[in-house]
Amino acid sequence: MAEKTFAEINAKIRAGKAVVVTAEELVQFVAEKGVGRAAKEVDVVTTGTFAPMCSSGAFFNFGHSAPRIKFHRVWLNNVPAYAGLAAVDAFLGATALPEEDPLNKNHPGEFRYGGGHVIEDLVAGRPVRLKALGYGTDCYPRREIETVVTLNDLNEAVLFNPRNAYQNYNCAVNLGPKTLYTYMGVLKPRLGNAHYSTSGQLSPLLKDPYFRTIGVGTRIFLGGGTGYVVWNGTQHFPGLLALPEGAPPVPAGGTLAVLGDLKQMSPQWLRGTSMLGYGATLSVGIGIPIPVLNEEVCYWASRPDSELYAPVVDYAEAYPNRRPGNLGFVSYAELKSGRIIIEGKEVPTAPLSSYVKAREISNILKQWILEGKFLLGEPVQLLPGPDAGITPKTLEIRDSGRRNR
Amino acid sequence: MAPSKVVLRFPAAIADKPIIFHLVKDYDLMINILKANINPHKEGTMVLDVVGEKTEAGLDFLRRQGVGVQPLTEDIVRNEERCTHCGACTAICPTGALYLERPAMFVRFDSEACVVCQLCVRACPMHAMEVRF
Ligand code: SF4
Ligand code: SF4
Repeated sequence: MAEKTFAEINAKIRAGKAVVVTAEELVQFVAEKGVGRAAKEVDVVTTGTFAPMCSSGAFFNFGHSAPRIKFHRVWLNNVPAYAGLAAVDAFLGATALPEEDPLNKNHPGEFRYGGGHVIEDLVAGRPVRLKALGYGTDCYPRREIETVVTLNDLNEAVLFNPRNAYQNYNCAVNLGPKTLYTYMGVLKPRLGNAHYSTSGQLSPLLKDPYFRTIGVGTRIFLGGGTGYVVWNGTQHFPGLLALPEGAPPVPAGGTLAVLGDLKQMSPQWLRGTSMLGYGATLSVGIGIPIPVLNEEVCYWASRPDSELYAPVVDYAEAYPNRRPGNLGFVSYAELKSGRIIIEGKEVPTAPLSSYVKAREISNILKQWILEGKFLLGEPVQLLPGPDAGITPKTLEIRDSGRRNR
Repeated sequence: MAPSKVVLRFPAAIADKPIIFHLVKDYDLMINILKANINPHKEGTMVLDVVGEKTEAGLDFLRRQGVGVQPLTEDIVRNEERCTHCGACTAICPTGALYLERPAMFVRFDSEACVVCQLCVRACPMHAMEVRF
């Protein structure tokens, strides 16, 4: 069949004639009418995900005080931000913790407040305490500043998340004898539960496993505002996982670096999050439109939960010690059913990623496109896909040879 | 005076032992079982109304058997604004009071089934589960 182009689809969106469906609706459509017809009739498929994403943060420019200060150290609500930039620029990471946080001293620590919570406070319009120290220079004489700022007071506030929207993720279990407090939630001993964290058939990168449409410049729903894919994320490993017994291979770990204006965003879609015994982070809402350029794109975008698989990984021994291998694969349909079988045992499952919010995002994005206020961004460069042959590098412990200096 | 309503948590190893029976027989207590539940991992939870002079001694007996004893002076409520329906609490809640409604995947909270064990209060990443005194 004929290929569609981004320009043709955008012309239809402008004219209010584009056919837009959510990924959930596409699954249904293709199951009933076939992929050929869907590829002809549908122009855009919207996806969504809402989950904790640790590699998130924001750049700020606070404007200059009189007299001026060059930040050497800076804190927002007592959470340290990175000041190794120009005078009043700073980057606040989602997992940064307040100076006085007891951390895991009283295990499991609660991590009630951190960088992600500061970001939520800012987008909610709440005032945030800014404290900074300088060392004093001829041009920036002030050595200390303490004030209160709101998002509107700042020159720029840009959400810049180096790694978001994990394509696929482990289903985490605990084979050990004691409860584990992890970034995958509380894992009960001896296969007491299994936690997973993608939205399956709604998950953006599971719907474009070969990166045929997503790249630098893709316009997205980010935190309730408009954002962009600006690069691949860190730890972007888009290779396919081989399933046993000739089943179709499943996407592994493609990721995205995304950016957007924090001032457009809302606390409903950027949430400070606390993982008991692990740390603080930010839950981020992301929605990506997939243009139905051809039948192949449509085929992948329409794969249902029953054809998407996650590897089951033990977080008692295998994960912390970086041992390769897994305990097998389970489909998202099985995970969502509430029970899976691992090593002959029935294990209750629970998600960490909100399917309800993912669906809501896919619907909001659909609405934006139908109303003609969101056009597709054609990538200036696609991201590396499974064929790029990217393999993970590991961190080896070497002697620096500098001990005697 | 000892609290009259208590929440008991039984580890799997003792969940099937006739422990409550001893409260009645050895400590002369009047027991009213308000809620009782055994989850698939054989851990039990129970909410009791206990009346009698030897209540404190009876509760000490329970603690010696390895039963977790907590006064029931609180209620658990869900802050609907903060809950994102992520589901992270659903495999943690021992009684199924927090559960996923399939296939829509909304997380429902059935306060009738809640035994105020408070596990969700710390496990909820959004701090949506709150203790109300
Ligand atoms: S863990 Fe918290 S936010 Fe998530 S569904 Fe349960 S109550 Fe709601
Ligand atoms: S306190 Fe929370 S975890 Fe415990 S029974 Fe009630 S809802 Fe479930």
